[in-house]
Amino acid sequence: MVNYFFLITALPLLGFLINGLLGYKVKGRLPGIIGSLTVLGSFVISVIAFFNLLGVTPDQRRITIDLYNWISSGNLNIGIAYLIDPLSIVMCLIITGIGFLIHVYSIGYMNGDKGFARFFAFMNLFIFAMLNLVLADNFLLMFLGWEGVGLCSYLLIGFWYEKKFTGDAANKAFWVNRIGDLGFIIGLFFILQYFHSLNFFVVFSALNPLTVNAGIITIITILLFVGATGKSAQIPLYVWLPDAMAGPTPVSALIHAATMVTAGVYMVARCSAMFALSPITMNLMLIIGACTAFFSATMAVTQNDIKKILAYSTISQLGFMFMALGAGAFSTGIFHVTTHAYFKALMFLGAGSVIHSMHDEQDIMHMGGLKTKMKVTFITFLMGAIAISGIPPFSGFFSKDEILSSIYSSGNYAVYVIALLAAFMTAFYIFRLVGLTFFSNARYDENNVHPHESPNLMTIPLIILAILSIIGGLIGLPGILGTNIFDKFLEPVFSASKLTLHESEISSSTETILILVSIIVAVISVLLSIRVYAKEFSKEKFAESSLYKLIQNKYYIDEFYNAVIVKPLRQLSELLYKFFDLKIIDGAVNGSGKFFDSLAADWRRIQTGVIQDYAILSVAGIVAILIYILFL
Amino acid sequence: MNINFFLILALLLFSIGVVGVLIRRNAIIVFMCIELMLNSVNLVFVTFSSFLGNLNGQIFVFFIMTVAAAEAAIGLAIIIALFRNKSTINLEEINILKW
Repeated sequence: MVNYFFLITALPLLGFLINGLLGYKVKGRLPGIIGSLTVLGSFVISVIAFFNLLGVTPDQRRITIDLYNWISSGNLNIGIAYLIDPLSIVMCLIITGIGFLIHVYSIGYMNGDKGFARFFAFMNLFIFAMLNLVLADNFLLMFLGWEGVGLCSYLLIGFWYEKKFTGDAANKAFWVNRIGDLGFIIGLFFILQYFHSLNFFVVFSALNPLTVNAGIITIITILLFVGATGKSAQIPLYVWLPDAMAGPTPVSALIHAATMVTAGVYMVARCSAMFALSPITMNLMLIIGACTAFFSATMAVTQNDIKKILAYSTISQLGFMFMALGAGAFSTGIFHVTTHAYFKALMFLGAGSVIHSMHDEQDIMHMGGLKTKMKVTFITFLMGAIAISGIPPFSGFFSKDEILSSIYSSGNYAVYVIALLAAFMTAFYIFRLVGLTFFSNARYDENNVHPHESPNLMTIPLIILAILSIIGGLIGLPGILGTNIFDKFLEPVFSASKLTLHESEISSSTETILILVSIIVAVISVLLSIRVYAKEFSKEKFAESSLYKLIQNKYYIDEFYNAVIVKPLRQLSELLYKFFDLKIIDGAVNGSGKFFDSLAADWRRIQTGVIQDYAILSVAGIVAILIYILFL
Repeated sequence: MNINFFLILALLLFSIGVVGVLIRRNAIIVFMCIELMLNSVNLVFVTFSSFLGNLNGQIFVFFIMTVAAAEAAIGLAIIIALFRNKSTINLEEINILKW
């Protein structure tokens, strides 16, 4: 096989180096063009690789590229090696494809920012790290990408570093992610200890359902899942994602759609053979996913910041993905990653376009009636909203419906009901956002703010994403309507997990009912939301009720974490600083200095400076040695 | 002849040299004492060379004399430079080699 495929990751790295090292010298849009072209290049190569895979029979769809022997110690060999298989190529196409559109959009959005080149350097590095994560053929290289996206999210969330709150948000994202990473890396050590390798192929082929130690597998998978909750913003580590809105809007789009948050879902899917062996972890994922989907959906309903609504919506959708993974429907989880990438990128970029034209206003209470002022943004955003609500034939419907029916067929009916409720709220909050922003009455100062459509550089990506949001779901038709091409394509990757999980088929009549139920739920919710929010609006009806306040304040989870974790840690650090650092460490260092200083105060008197005194001492020494040798 | 006469003479010369280095304060005298020590060692070499009938010792003597000549040139130059700077060659007054 041709192995110029390594360029998929090399090109964004090149873009990062060019923009990072030379970008500050260039004025104008050149850094943005370089950044976009490198990502476009790796998208093109990904497409070529994709067709290469299609050209061979399904069981041979596997290309490995060994680039470099990274660590070699005893029996342990870890290479910089890439694995191109259906799963990683799907992720590559999402990352580079959506990433490219976001880059193009950013040229318009970031126009005139003094950190223009720096922005594109970080964006390219982000793409590079994420591609490493999905293309790695061993856990360690994956971890490198995993940390890389953490670093880049930190750099980009804190992009406008002059403001204190962006720095705080960046720190929060970094630290919360570190907690998850700790779980991930401990999991890696367990894998190394137990399988003596970190290579995916070696580890997964060593998994034999009959001989494997179920306890160890459960520990490993739970630790890996802890890593996933950090990156993919699940309870209890989701708190960083809403704050991450402090960064520029294209960054939010990149984090939420193409990179970063999908990493956890990808990782679990990649390790599906291992996760499938641990029913405990699978159930845990199902429950955590359900809780996350439900609670963050309630939070999204009450938020007023346009980006925060979308952020909680992402957390909720990630909850759906984890429910799918927990129900054993790995390819469905990846399918939802794909469709979610389309419409969430679309909505974030649309929100960016709105914020741009409203002069950095983000509160939807101060918007309204924008549908005539910003036609393209409005129509494309509406497509995204319909897609996420789950109305056929838009893309979100297919993936969400597949998730719901996979939960139903796995027999977890309580989770199914929770998921249905979350889906109901999804449609509700997104149309609340649409209603308050684009319909309704104008609630901004019309004398000072003149909303206008964004430039073509920003609207064209919106249009492309809108088209993808409309038709992108057709690759995964439900069983009663045709073949699911997406499932079929990913099948070889998940064959091992299929063997362990005994899938219970549901009859096609049940499937039809499930589809109808989810359509009805979505439609009712949308209609309800439009009735409430798409007309004259001044303030929320229940805004004064205590439940509303509780939810609007995000259940005081942030305050809870502050009181229970952050504050005690700070106090402990303070204590350690005052006692351990100042007294013991500094005491030991300064004390040894003082000790020798006081010794020297007396003993330095023997150093007279007269050379003959030294000579006497050395002769005395020689004489002493002679006496010792000759007479003793 | 008894070898001990030669060796005791060498020992005496060497001891005089050591004591001179240790107790005299005049740099020139100290320097001459060092030469004395070198030559006492030469005497030992020559003695053993003669008694053992082995020429190696005499070769060493030539080496030592060569080195001593070079060293004498440098040593005297240093003493002159020292005198120009400090107007003294009293070793007790040249005591900056300390804390």
